[in-house]
Amino acid sequence: MSTTKYILGLFADPDELMHGIDTLQKNSVPIYDVYTPMPIHGIEKKLGIKDSRLGYAAFMFGCLGGTTIFSMAYFMLVQDWPMNIGGKPAFAVPDFVPITFEWTVLFTAFGMVLTFFYATHLFPGRTPRVMELRATDDRFVIAIDAKGNIPHEDITNLLKESGAVEVKHNDRKYVSYE
Amino acid sequence: MASHSESIIREPLITGENITYAQITNDVLRPVENMPGKAWWIGFTVASLGACLWVFAISYTFWNGLGAWGLNKTVGWAWDITGFVWWVGIGHAGTLISAILLLFRQNWRNSINRSAEAMTIFAVICAATYILAHMGRPWMALFSLPIPNQYGSLWVNFNSPLIWDVFAISTYFSVSLVFWYTGLLPDLATIRDRATGIRQKIYSVLSFGWTGSVKTWQRFETVCLILAGISTPLVLSVHTIVSMDFATSLEPGWHTTIFPPYFVAGAIFSGFAMVQTLLLVTRKVLGLENYITMFHIEAMNKIILLTGSIVGVAYLTEFFIAYYSAGEYEQYTFLNRFIGPYWWAGCMMYGCNVLMTQLMWFKKIRTNIPISWVLSIVVNIGMWFERFVIIVVSLHRDFVPSSWAMFYPTWVDVSVFIGSIGLFFTMFLLFIRVLPSIAMAEVKLILKSSSEQAKKKLIAHGGLDSEQVEFYKESLTSFDSVNIKDYKKA
Repeated sequence: MSTTKYILGLFADPDELMHGIDTLQKNSVPIYDVYTPMPIHGIEKKLGIKDSRLGYAAFMFGCLGGTTIFSMAYFMLVQDWPMNIGGKPAFAVPDFVPITFEWTVLFTAFGMVLTFFYATHLFPGRTPRVMELRATDDRFVIAIDAKGNIPHEDITNLLKESGAVEVKHNDRKYVSYE
Repeated sequence: MASHSESIIREPLITGENITYAQITNDVLRPVENMPGKAWWIGFTVASLGACLWVFAISYTFWNGLGAWGLNKTVGWAWDITGFVWWVGIGHAGTLISAILLLFRQNWRNSINRSAEAMTIFAVICAATYILAHMGRPWMALFSLPIPNQYGSLWVNFNSPLIWDVFAISTYFSVSLVFWYTGLLPDLATIRDRATGIRQKIYSVLSFGWTGSVKTWQRFETVCLILAGISTPLVLSVHTIVSMDFATSLEPGWHTTIFPPYFVAGAIFSGFAMVQTLLLVTRKVLGLENYITMFHIEAMNKIILLTGSIVGVAYLTEFFIAYYSAGEYEQYTFLNRFIGPYWWAGCMMYGCNVLMTQLMWFKKIRTNIPISWVLSIVVNIGMWFERFVIIVVSLHRDFVPSSWAMFYPTWVDVSVFIGSIGLFFTMFLLFIRVLPSIAMAEVKLILKSSSEQAKKKLIAHGGLDSEQVEFYKESLTSFDSVNIKDYKKA
């Protein structure tokens, strides 16, 4: 019984990586994930990953921010302590536009980024779950769950044929920590 | 796709032979992974001495009160607000590069956005210190925030541009910080995965556990695009609101409707000049000539020329409107910039900002590094004088001649200003020491399409219009990082 947990195909070039994904999919080998040092457009479509919904979150946070500060201004300057400034109306809507805009942007930015961190499990001090250390440098890595995907030799050959510069059989899932 | 081929007539964004993905990582991380050289230490020593001067002068101000500055009853705002507007303006280029140029798909921004954004953050910090300092009692800053207090609650006045400014600057600072840090995550992960020991632990905490999986990158790109989309109107709003600090008053010289666009153009103008000042030195000292190429330098010079000319048109418009308004106080204010006791400040403003930048029309000057560097400093001097003229020169002549006065800075004024420059450079030098000064992931993105070696391959492959190839080779002659002899043979 092999102790291999994950098979990693390391590519040196993004186009060859795409070719590798195609080859594996043609041969019905399921891909666990792909790690790249830069965003490669088109992978998510190949792997069937749905569009990000962060835009909706951003919009909702923006609405929340604008509403919050506009309501605050209304309460403070109209409800709680209206001031007589030359007899002009206390509910001076044009004057509230700049702050409403600023908090719309502020809430959008923070809300969206925090949602991104939450959804992707990013936070300061999180132990990095890295399968291949060079995946953040110059290697484009396809990870395949070795369990059930046999024979491993066939997968290795498929990866090599499609241009992988190195194929690794890792006994541990993550190499980043002891 | 990462590798569509680009038209040959476009100049390369990455020069040098045999640049690989690994090479990019090595080049960018060299200053982060090794001990800094002599140039860095000299710069850091001088800058931190400046920062110490700033700490001393600011402490002196807080201890003794604002009487330590040269302000008087007529000129109640002087070097403090001049410095504030100057620094905020400088901060604008970073967001312009990272947000607006992203929306316009300008790939050349990829190698300068990181350091320009860092510069934005440090410049806004410097600006914010002026705001706190000019309150005299900095703890009173609490009253600019809409929080309940024991006086009623006595709320802030949302009708006031000064309160808008508090919201604009704080939002701008925090959103820029978030944008910058999110962009840093993949590069911090790169450092983490190459480091060992305590360094690895530190960068591990800083990189938030980034892995670079497909879903992470997809979300990352969505976040960056939306942040760019909201930062674009944000950056325009910030200097608009800063200009309203003046424009909503009734002071001749301040009370003009042209201020918002005029200030925004001026801010981008001075910001790009500061980016130029910093990057021309940084690329040399850190050996990043292959990533920040002549194309980048020239493109920034073109933006300086454009925004400088917009500022020039705004100056002319101001003069014309002063004449056309037939308001005698308005006319006096503008005439006074040339015939009053501060004529020299007016000359510095118009001379440095309008006349000197017009030199950029010449390609020889745009592509000359020493001249570009000197001109970028001239622009920043000119922009400091612009704010000085708008603030002090407008204030020093009152409606009542008995309150006419001059402003004489004390040593504290001067020390706070010089000190703030020291503070800025201290932060910038620390930044290039511990963080990657070029966004590696983004530069890797354009390696296959826009690098010199990719174009070389295209030429070698043949089948291109020979006129276009000649045009391309011609454009390379101004590059200092390209060995032009390679092309003569071909």
